[in-house]
Amino acid sequence: MGSLPQVIIYARNHAMKRLLTGTIILVLLTLGGCATAPSEQAGAAVEDRGKPAGPPAAAVKPAPDTGAKPLVDKPLGAAALKDPGNILSRRSVYFDFDSNLVKDEFRPLVTAHARYLQQNPGAKIRIEGNGDERGSREYNIALGQRRSEAVKQMMQLLGARASQIESVSFGEEKPRATGHDEASWAENRRADIVYLGE
Amino acid sequence: MKTRWLHRLSCAVAILLSFAPLAPARAALTIEIIGTGATQLPIAVVPFRAEERIAQPVTPVIAADLARSGLFRMIDSGGLSPLPHEPQDLNFSVWRARGADAVVIGSISQLPDGRYDVRFRLMDVARQVQLTGFAYAASADQLRLTAHRIADVIYEALTGAKGVFSTRIAYIVKKGKRFELQVADADGYGAQTVRWSDEPILSPSWSPDGTRLAYVSLERKKPVVYVQSLTTGQYQAVANYWGSNSAPAWSPDGRRLAVVLSKDGGSQIYFIGTDGKGEPRRMTFSSAIDTEPNFSPDGELLLFTSDRGGSPQIYGMPVAGGEARRLTFEGTYNVTPRFNPDGKSFTYIQRNGGRFNVAVQDMTTRQVQVLTDGVIDESPSFAPNGRTILYATEVRGRGVLSAVSSDGRVKQRLTEEAGDVREPAWGPFPK
Repeated sequence: MGSLPQVIIYARNHAMKRLLTGTIILVLLTLGGCATAPSEQAGAAVEDRGKPAGPPAAAVKPAPDTGAKPLVDKPLGAAALKDPGNILSRRSVYFDFDSNLVKDEFRPLVTAHARYLQQNPGAKIRIEGNGDERGSREYNIALGQRRSEAVKQMMQLLGARASQIESVSFGEEKPRATGHDEASWAENRRADIVYLGE
Repeated sequence: MKTRWLHRLSCAVAILLSFAPLAPARAALTIEIIGTGATQLPIAVVPFRAEERIAQPVTPVIAADLARSGLFRMIDSGGLSPLPHEPQDLNFSVWRARGADAVVIGSISQLPDGRYDVRFRLMDVARQVQLTGFAYAASADQLRLTAHRIADVIYEALTGAKGVFSTRIAYIVKKGKRFELQVADADGYGAQTVRWSDEPILSPSWSPDGTRLAYVSLERKKPVVYVQSLTTGQYQAVANYWGSNSAPAWSPDGRRLAVVLSKDGGSQIYFIGTDGKGEPRRMTFSSAIDTEPNFSPDGELLLFTSDRGGSPQIYGMPVAGGEARRLTFEGTYNVTPRFNPDGKSFTYIQRNGGRFNVAVQDMTTRQVQVLTDGVIDESPSFAPNGRTILYATEVRGRGVLSAVSSDGRVKQRLTEEAGDVREPAWGPFPK
């Protein structure tokens, strides 16, 4: 089975859920594009440092259609996860300031992991959301959660099962970069993919 | 009256003694006072009779407590011989000449059972009468707590507000890669590590009776909410659902916790039992972030942080059900609401430009007062008498605890030699 019908089914389920919770527009975009980033709810002011409250302007960005290719490759084994030459060895998705949008450059990475999960139903991952150090620790846990869920939703749209993916957040508690500058903050606005049992 | 105090003292002592099996942290917090109250009451604390013979002097602790509040100016009692210990010894004109409005006198003597009889009187210099006075029976290791109790009585007699010198604080110390949840007396003395981990610990929250702490630990590679007994040291996970579990807050009756769970997607507020049994009851239903719940003292209102309006702001929601109402409107980042124990105001963190500062907002008038001017001030919590707010700040890149009086005039800084201190929470009055 190719991935396209499956993507649409997932998207429909997703849309119904969203309709119920009252957020509609962004999901319709998802349905239309199939491979559009799984957008978060309106008003997702991630990080929110200095910007006034406003519409979720950057929440959805049109993207090239990378996610709807039929899955015809032979299944990948666990060895691929650690093969430095394989995209599956890349595990970090970085986010812009004030954003939980999965950027185009990380689509192939997320797509590859989603495909791996689809082909290996026994595989399970934890997506660990992180944020920079500024602001409330608990609010930053919630912001990191939003990032890890954005990656999870995208993987689900691409065929991974919800039960294979636990989205969690470390907030600002486990910074990879410990500096107090933009370079460190950018490094810490991140979601990491961890395979259980690795 | 006296027996009530003694009863409360013995209960508090029982709690303190229960820490005995835990290893005491070597370094105590050191306190530095910045600023003073609008008016300072001049008071002399005369060394008690026979105090020099015991290992734990009492009057220096009383004097340090009163001075730290910023509301008292200490009058020297040096050069007097003999020192007065009983009312009939007092020459009020001497104290008037030294500028004292009040004098504390007293004595310590050993009882047949080995304990100490500690008695004090607070004397009004102008009216030449006793304002209050109590006797306590304390073992050697209860002398410091007894001193705090005496300071509490003096503070209440002279300011009208209950003293908080015998209360405790909880906070997290980061030492290298190790995180320690510590509990100390309000003056930073006697710090005890109640839990440690190589993974982060955050958000400690006191049960209303002061016998348990709820907190978040990442030791299971995700945020999980624990409740730990301070009397037995035992702890258990009470919220460990799929996703993240965080931001615990006790209901005033101590029967449930408000927590933030992501099990249904997003970060939403739920109520759970304090033993973690039963199904969580979902309290918020938004597609935004709802976090940092905090109960009003009457248990009827829940404050929380939400970005449902586009930026993080503080909302209030009836616990019995009903619409959430936005409470903060100044600025684009208002987080971490914590009620004043009188229920009439709440403290929170407000971002001003690039700074994060402690503010207080009146529940009725909505008037806002910003109390601090640090760069990164976090985690404010009121003292149980509502007179002081404890918070975390950074000095030269290191986390320290600070306290500010609720009028913003008096600031104290508590530093720990060994590490980064953060996430303070001021405990309740001993029950």
